[in-house]
Amino acid sequence: MKSITRQKPLEEVIQQVRSFDQIYILGCGTCATMTKTGGRDQVIKMKESLEGLDKTVTGWAVIPIACDEMTEVAMKENERPIRNAGCVLVMACALGVHRVSSYTRNPVIPALDTLFIGLEEKPGLFKEVCAQCGQCVIGETAGICPVTECNKGLLNGPCGGTNEGKCEVDKNKDCAWTLIYRKLKAQGRLNLMRKYQPPKNYQMVPRPKAARISIGEENRE
Amino acid sequence: MTVSKFKEALNSGKFVVTSELGPPKGTNLDQMMHHIELLKYRVDALNLTDHQSSVMRFPSLGGCLAVKERGGEAVLQMTCRDRNRLALQADLMFAHSRGINNVLCLTGDAVVVGDHKGAKGVFDLDSVQLLRLIRQMEAGKDMAGNDLDGAVSFCAGACCTPEASPIEPQLIKFEKKVEAGAEFFQTQAIYDLEKFAKFMEYARQFPVKILAGIVLLTSAGMAKFLNANIPGITVPQDLIDELANAGRGRGLAKGIEIAGRMIAALKKDSVCDGVHIMAIGKEEVVPEILAKAGL
Repeated sequence: MKSITRQKPLEEVIQQVRSFDQIYILGCGTCATMTKTGGRDQVIKMKESLEGLDKTVTGWAVIPIACDEMTEVAMKENERPIRNAGCVLVMACALGVHRVSSYTRNPVIPALDTLFIGLEEKPGLFKEVCAQCGQCVIGETAGICPVTECNKGLLNGPCGGTNEGKCEVDKNKDCAWTLIYRKLKAQGRLNLMRKYQPPKNYQMVPRPKAARISIGEENRE
Repeated sequence: MTVSKFKEALNSGKFVVTSELGPPKGTNLDQMMHHIELLKYRVDALNLTDHQSSVMRFPSLGGCLAVKERGGEAVLQMTCRDRNRLALQADLMFAHSRGINNVLCLTGDAVVVGDHKGAKGVFDLDSVQLLRLIRQMEAGKDMAGNDLDGAVSFCAGACCTPEASPIEPQLIKFEKKVEAGAEFFQTQAIYDLEKFAKFMEYARQFPVKILAGIVLLTSAGMAKFLNANIPGITVPQDLIDELANAGRGRGLAKGIEIAGRMIAALKKDSVCDGVHIMAIGKEEVVPEILAKAGL
């Protein structure tokens, strides 16, 4: 999974940390490094920006995978400078922010907005491919998710707004259903497009989502 | 139970004519009422658009009631853009209770093409699912399978785009709409009669009535605008030239002539079951179009 993030405008970060003179900064070595939003270079740049505002940066680190449990170990190693800070500014996706916040009593402030989970199509171009709806249909839509990629999330084929394979909303964007159609046709499975897809069950998209997944007896706590 | 006069017209074998009205943006209904009075006995039914192009307006349902109260036959346009399944069912029951017997099931334009770009698009159902919902409610059940105390009854239809490219995905969806219970189709604007005749050859396999969409052209510029901006509409160059050559201030008259000519041709050769006229703000001239068409 790749969590796609965007840096918040610096003014918004400054606004959020305005009451703290001492700040500790955490970056993430995985997704936020890949998106160049919370890697080493961005963390150092943030440190310089904050110091330029007469803030004290008590320390910084780039945690290998901010969202996993090893974050606790990394934070223990940096316990003192974290404790000396008034807040922890986290340059990771929201999962990393939540992980970090569970290991410190300090206020935790995100420096990034978490946009979606997606894939890097071309260097620097990230595309959402899954809306995490809990009812995967891509087995019948040639591996292309209409819930995510169609502006209207349509399940039964294209809307009348598509033209020359492009989306009604954005002429530069491919119509998801035209892509599905072409791929199913090439696979000799166009009959799948004729199948009626019933309305989605939005009870399957609860907020907050939670799942108990069997991990085998030996791994049970 | 009330009967749909529109359905009777569709089944009578006559060449059916419907026309579209856009409700006002605001509560001044004068112009809409004027258009209803002007057209209610000239056409078989009047469609009222539902936030056309995602621009917020007086509701389709309100317009339909006005048609009904004035003795006309209304087709409720219902999009899935702004209502979830509860609201859609409530509106269907209300419409039925007030004698609105016809509904055109549409997915609806995307929110961002309209004038409330920050709104949340709903699209809880799509047009195919909405058609099925109507048939389920007619059987006395709501969408959750609960019994209704009093069912609904509608002549239900949908839209299709005979000039879309690629066409096959649209035809597959057309068939899904037929299977879901669509009784009639009002098409997106057609201009290429040969292409449309080919579509009709295909559509004739199915037990549904097809009303060809006639969008009034008012100038060569407007035709070019449609080509550039409205998906599924292609105005051929010879029509653009005809409009351009009509001379200053003669565009509208030429557009009326073209629309009338097309309708007459469709009727003469019994290409389809009727036409759906979309004058888009120029409803005033629909009687002239009908006159030019010999109707």
